[in-house]
Amino acid sequence: MKILLGVNGVSKTVEVAPMRRLLDVLRLDLALTGTKEGCGEGECGACSVLLDGVLVNACLIPICQTDGAQIVTVEGLSNGAALSPLQRSFVSEGGAQCGICTPGMLVASHALLNQTPHPSEAQIREGLAGNLCRCTGYTKIVAAVQKAAATP
Amino acid sequence: MIASINVVIPRTKDAALATLAENAGKCTLLAGGTDLMVALEDGRFTSKLVVDLSRLTELRFVRRESDELVIGALATYTDLLRSPHVAQMAPELVLCAREVGAAAIQNRGTLAGSVANASPAGDPLPVLLARDAGIEVASVRGTRTILATQFFVGYRRTALAPDEMITAIRIPAPKVGERFYWRKVGTRRAQSIAKMVLALRATATNGTLQAIAIGVGCAGPTPLRTPKTEALVAGQRLDKMLIDEARRSLAAEVAPIDDLRSTAVYRRRVAGNVLATFLASLT
Amino acid sequence: MPLVGQSPLRKEGLDKVTGATRYGDDLSFPGILHGATVRSTIARGKLRSITFDPTFDWNGLTRVTASDIPGDNVIALIADDQPALVSSEIAHCAEPIALIAGDNAERVAEAIKHVHVDVEPLAAMLDPIAAASSPNGVMKDFLLEEGDLAAAFARADRIVEGEYRTGYQEQLYIEPQVMIAIPREGGAVEIRGSMQCPYYIHKALQRLLKLRPEQVIVIQAATGGGFGGKEDYPSMIAAHCALLAKKSGRPVKILYRRQEDIQATTKRHPSIVRHRSAVTHEGMLLGCDIDLLIDGGAYVTLTPVVVSRAALHANGAYRWQAARIHARAVRTNTPPNGAFRGFGAPQAIFAIEAHVEAIARELGMAPHALRRKNLLRLGDVLPTGQVLRSSVASREVFEDALQRSGFEEKRARYAEERTRGGRKVRGVGCSVFHHGAGFTGAGEVHLKSVAGVEITTDGRARVLAASTEIGQGTRTIFAQIVADALALTYDDVDIEEADTSLVPDSGPTVASRTCMVVGGLLHRACKEIKQRVPKGTSLAAWAALAPLEARRSLMQYTPPPEIVWDEATYRGDAYAAYGWGANVAEVEVDLDTGETTVLRLTASIDAGTVMHPVLAEGQVEGGTAQGLGWATVEELRAKEGRYLHDRMSTYIIPTALDTPPIDARLIECPTPHQPLGAKGLGELPIDGPAPAVVAAILDATGFLPTALPASPETLLAALESA
Ligand SMILES: Cc1cc2nc3c(=O)[nH]c(=O)nc-3n(C[C@H](O)[C@H](O)[C@@H](O)COP(=O)(O)OP(=O)(O)OC[C@H]3O[C@@H](n4cnc5c(N)ncnc54)[C@H](O)[C@@H]3O)c2cc1C
Ligand code: FES
Ligand code: FES
Repeated sequence: MKILLGVNGVSKTVEVAPMRRLLDVLRLDLALTGTKEGCGEGECGACSVLLDGVLVNACLIPICQTDGAQIVTVEGLSNGAALSPLQRSFVSEGGAQCGICTPGMLVASHALLNQTPHPSEAQIREGLAGNLCRCTGYTKIVAAVQKAAATP
Repeated sequence: MIASINVVIPRTKDAALATLAENAGKCTLLAGGTDLMVALEDGRFTSKLVVDLSRLTELRFVRRESDELVIGALATYTDLLRSPHVAQMAPELVLCAREVGAAAIQNRGTLAGSVANASPAGDPLPVLLARDAGIEVASVRGTRTILATQFFVGYRRTALAPDEMITAIRIPAPKVGERFYWRKVGTRRAQSIAKMVLALRATATNGTLQAIAIGVGCAGPTPLRTPKTEALVAGQRLDKMLIDEARRSLAAEVAPIDDLRSTAVYRRRVAGNVLATFLASLT
Repeated sequence: MPLVGQSPLRKEGLDKVTGATRYGDDLSFPGILHGATVRSTIARGKLRSITFDPTFDWNGLTRVTASDIPGDNVIALIADDQPALVSSEIAHCAEPIALIAGDNAERVAEAIKHVHVDVEPLAAMLDPIAAASSPNGVMKDFLLEEGDLAAAFARADRIVEGEYRTGYQEQLYIEPQVMIAIPREGGAVEIRGSMQCPYYIHKALQRLLKLRPEQVIVIQAATGGGFGGKEDYPSMIAAHCALLAKKSGRPVKILYRRQEDIQATTKRHPSIVRHRSAVTHEGMLLGCDIDLLIDGGAYVTLTPVVVSRAALHANGAYRWQAARIHARAVRTNTPPNGAFRGFGAPQAIFAIEAHVEAIARELGMAPHALRRKNLLRLGDVLPTGQVLRSSVASREVFEDALQRSGFEEKRARYAEERTRGGRKVRGVGCSVFHHGAGFTGAGEVHLKSVAGVEITTDGRARVLAASTEIGQGTRTIFAQIVADALALTYDDVDIEEADTSLVPDSGPTVASRTCMVVGGLLHRACKEIKQRVPKGTSLAAWAALAPLEARRSLMQYTPPPEIVWDEATYRGDAYAAYGWGANVAEVEVDLDTGETTVLRLTASIDAGTVMHPVLAEGQVEGGTAQGLGWATVEELRAKEGRYLHDRMSTYIIPTALDTPPIDARLIECPTPHQPLGAKGLGELPIDGPAPAVVAAILDATGFLPTALPASPETLLAALESA
């Protein structure tokens, strides 16, 4: 099946099986390996991307559902060389340790701040509850989101 | 293998029904994919034809129709969370939707998908049972509404005919004085499959329980209502004795199993306790 | 201003937030094949034959069995008892038997189903207690004795007994195991992938493939979490990739899917610990008699070291007049258990800390008062005879945690609250603990780690160490230490890849030893280089002209002379230094459901000098959260030797909503045995949360959970039978 989709603002055409996972199209067909796979069953959020602005797990999206859609991955979060406030705060606050959850965390955090620009701690924890991190205990991730939210 | 699966993407409900009629029993419907994609990844998915409903915008709605809350088959949990009608007419469904998976799952997963999936642990199903909701289904033969209480016919089996699909969920508007309650006991606070789910609808006046409907999940092969306990307590004075009797009765009436997540004993206890605490809150 | 003690941005931080970092599965090589593993399906048996279905099209697929192994069929580690591929005896249900590789992952997955393994089933040993009394069932047996135990018991007012159990814990790094082998000229092989210890793989592959050291090149790819789970098992996967690569002549990648990862790789050892304690009415701890058993699984792997660390922490952070600690590790037909953050100490500390709660309850004493009374102090003697001569912060961390959390006030307040009834009750509990830093006993002496620094001709420093960055900040901290020692800026220091062809063996990245031991070597190397630079000449000016030998300094570990350990008798200074920690947990228990919500967790941690506050707090918070998971939700049961909870939807770890705010504070009590005063930090924080949680549950409900996880099921059953 031929699929036309925008990825990080660039239009792409792929010719793949319609039930192929968006995750595989991104990682294998488009060589955008920033999006990770931790479970393949929607549990860990390492594969989080934005689909038409909405947070989804790329491992649960068949590519046929993305025809004509706009996808944003971690590679699309920075504006050229300039990091987004979230990317900056994840580094400065220690929100990324091993970094494998980080792309998904960042995408989920972006989705959260788009929806709720000044979230409470409880809202941050709820918004990121679908993204597992085994390294940080989440404290510094919450702090990073708070800091980014406070950045004008 | 994934490469051998074909997908049809109808743009209208009628086109979907026609495809369904042509391929009855040989195709699988796809909505948000949060159940289906997991099955596919696990190799539990055998169908060679998928009918992707996700473009049927006509079925993505939440609205009030006179005395019913009507939820279109493609409404996601996020849609439910954002709908003022749901907040007004089914506050317990809001609590429930907030606990389905987490944000990304709520953004894709549909209530109708949960209904069709018919898991005994499906979070919202006890709500639909306790509310005497109707499941509106359609085929090229026409549209009918099946009561939720008659929809779940066996372990992951429903009353849907092979050529039918769910088009909407219809929840009767609250009656004066009705109280609603929903409680999930899960393995953790998010991304969690239930150990036990309880949905309650009750009317109490002056210390008497006028009526009660109890929907329970993880309590047998299907989500279920518990008529014995309902009959035992309805119309009775809400005192400590009755509450303890209700606790024991529900614990005895449910038929849960031991599995990876919990034990039958625990589930019975919890169902009884949660009911008892709810009843106590009505006094 | 020195860099150590500040929090410069982590070296690889930018790449991690832009998605540029390449983890194992992000790497590809031309012509790469996908490898997969055929495993046993029963816990024990005799392998009769392997048949590759003749009706299946094997064209283009590479098949490997034990007979393809050119060298010794072992994954060389401590005992060399574990084969890379089964050749005769199957000892657990996830044992690798054959390997397949091909261009197309789906076809390989299909091919796996066409390998028929004929096995004669044998009776499997699955019960660790039964294993302890079966022939050949005990892998390792230790006895530590100090003081006159009989006298202590004779003097006791009370004897308190208890049994404490902990279950498996899965590391659940978010990046599954992945490895790539690339055939290189002359029979050499290059390995890249997710790992903690490149030199473990380096050693294992030489034996397996009969290669010379320079023919095995091991390069760490960015690694998405390890926690011990990528200490020894990667050697197995690397062995498999290498065998397939040799046979096919093509690069081969093996990526474990989550289920395979959980089924096959190592777990935290389950434990059963029995305590018998002699105490006085006033709460003096006189004597402890401890029997500790851990389940090693089918092969030795790292179990002897784990059980030894467990034994050495079994007495807790307390002064006993006499102690007897009997520790055993047993062999069962289950996948080998191995390294997991804490390495045996968390099990031992859970038991002693829960037992201290039980003692306090028996004596009618406040549990924190009992702890205070018996905390180890400077000059006290441990069960190995070690005298604590320096850097003891037990009291500081404990008082800090109590005070910052408002422990006493909350204990009173929650007790008052509980008298008012309600279906939710709150409670508060504490724990205090110590953790030996670095390898146990003579471990570091045997390791002979080497690490060093090279100054490039343009005056930059290059760190040469095989210590891996697995999220904990190795690269950042090394750069800080070296920049300070050479008076360079942070950006002037580069960290060489963990590549065995470029860096010396600085020992495994385990046991919280990286900063303390390897950091110490780097510090010495820098000092040596500085001495070579003539007075009045800048480092850069000198380096521009100096020969490579002068610009490079490699240091080998030598133990501090005052640290004495006798391996044969197991007496002496088990660890050069101890880190100290205390936790306070506040919980709310739902009496209808037995669910425990941890409301807040306070951690006071002394790991000596803090190199990088942000990274250090991150270690504390992360370790604490893992400890909370182990305490509350992480349940992994097995049936007939197979794990039941083998995916992320069934093996439950805490989400951001399950994890409370963690209030971490680092208290610095430097050790004199390390140039900068650093002690190990990676593991200590995981020791205390679980006992603090069960103590808080006890406070809230009157029931002390003695097994982990403290599940709602057990708690509700206990509450309702009370
Ligand atoms: C990580 C994760 C967490 C989850 N957490 C929860 C949870 O907490 N609680 C919970 O209850 N569930 C949970 N689920 C399950 C799932 O989200 C729900 O069952 C539900 O939202 C599925 O809806 P869907 O639209 O994604 O269904 P799909 O996967 O698209 O379809 C599910 C089934 O329904 C059928 N179907 C879909 N639409 C129709 C229709 N209109 N007519 C007839 N048949 C139809 C499909 O053929 C399929 O058999 C979780 C799933 C995942 C992956
Ligand atoms: S890989 Fe998609 S949620 Fe884990
Ligand atoms: S930083 Fe390692 S999993 Fe989150």
